[in-house]
Amino acid sequence: MAEYGEAEAGAEGPTGTARGGGVTERRIPARMGDGSLTHMTRSELRADIEEATQLGARKAKAEPLSAGEIDHVLDIYASSASFTAVDIGEQVVLSCDGGGSKMTGTDILDLLESEQRFGQDILELWHIEYSYKAIKTILPFQQQVMQNAQLMLTAPIQYGAQPNLAFYSRPDGPVANWFELLPRGEIDAARAAIEEAMDYATKDFIYVGEGMLDAGADGLDFDTTGGAGDGDFLSTLTAVEHLRAGHPDAGIEVGMAGEFVIGVHGELAHRGRRLAGLWPKGQLEVCQDAGVTLFGPAVNIRTGKSCAWNTAYSLTVIKPCMEVATIPVHPNVGEGVCGVPVNGYPPEDAVSRAAKAHVEILRCDGL
Amino acid sequence: MDVTHALAAGMGGIRTAGDLVGRMQMTRGMRLTQAKRYVADKLGCSVGDLSDSYAMEQIRGEKGLGRILDHSNLHPGEPNAMTAKFRIADLLGIRINSVERFKAMAGI
Repeated sequence: MAEYGEAEAGAEGPTGTARGGGVTERRIPARMGDGSLTHMTRSELRADIEEATQLGARKAKAEPLSAGEIDHVLDIYASSASFTAVDIGEQVVLSCDGGGSKMTGTDILDLLESEQRFGQDILELWHIEYSYKAIKTILPFQQQVMQNAQLMLTAPIQYGAQPNLAFYSRPDGPVANWFELLPRGEIDAARAAIEEAMDYATKDFIYVGEGMLDAGADGLDFDTTGGAGDGDFLSTLTAVEHLRAGHPDAGIEVGMAGEFVIGVHGELAHRGRRLAGLWPKGQLEVCQDAGVTLFGPAVNIRTGKSCAWNTAYSLTVIKPCMEVATIPVHPNVGEGVCGVPVNGYPPEDAVSRAAKAHVEILRCDGL
Repeated sequence: MDVTHALAAGMGGIRTAGDLVGRMQMTRGMRLTQAKRYVADKLGCSVGDLSDSYAMEQIRGEKGLGRILDHSNLHPGEPNAMTAKFRIADLLGIRINSVERFKAMAGI
């Protein structure tokens, strides 16, 4: 494999000569979905983008990217630049789930640094446990941090954690483990367990949510919603409806766990709409109905595909959201979603390309 | 990654008007274009000024909306943090939860 910045042997430069003697295209540094560096020609990048948008369109029952949009994505990715950015004046709001510098254990300093040095727009207080079930047990501690942080910061601060419905099943929780029941064919028992867990979960989301709003939080973030399937999603939507009724001015962000809702239960519906199998447009619509104010679609990375492929796929399945959105849409461009590699240190070239592509193609409201 | 996003696509938080636009998204569910227009009208500036740190540093200073503080950029006697949020709530015509909590606890 070629070293960083080098072209593969026999294919260097726009008029390089292939081993067989023919003229070849220049190979451009490119990233794979796991973050590793590779080199691809402009034609290979275009082929990846075209393949991904066709697949995304077929799976999400959406329109593929237009020729102009494909060219635009290609221009972003067919570049050797180490960094890229949106145009001046086209910047968007960053809502930073689990955000900040991730200096765990330094909550307020982390938030101050995020505000004063990173220039983040919407900050988030979070705890390393990052599940509503766990946060319930340390709520007064988190409330005190929120109250103190609100005295010291100017930018809005939301409180974030994950629904994590599976934590309510044995051995971590009180309910029978539906992931053990389902393989045994005990469908009714598994569904009953999910429904029992949802009841526990919704109560915890409301308890923590109201507690943090009482402590001065500007909003709440339900991060990685739907990670345990349709039950996870419905318990979140139910909590959102309750919280919205009592707190009309609070920001409530729902960020998704994946591109479609897995039907672990299979029969759950929100206001008559079945949740299993919803793609981002449907997810957004039920979130809007529930009273969510910020929606964060997430599209999972394929590590064996290029970042150009992954971004084109992400744009294709999220794009239908933008046509029906009445609330801001902030695609999740964190590790392993929406064109950002699965990597603890996602390379800046890949991250900045994903950000630029989502802002410029989707005209989204934030990230 | 947070720094990368901030530089690649972020408005800039309190270096600019990113926090103000963000507040309109959170409290009113405004889409980006609407939120930017709303904030620009309240500030009496152009939409383009909102993500221009040069313009917003002056506007935030004039209106007491809180600015970045460091050793070469100090503003003693000027509102920041909670005191700036009182002004932001008035300027934008929104209810800021922590401001209301502060008033209640301070007996204001």
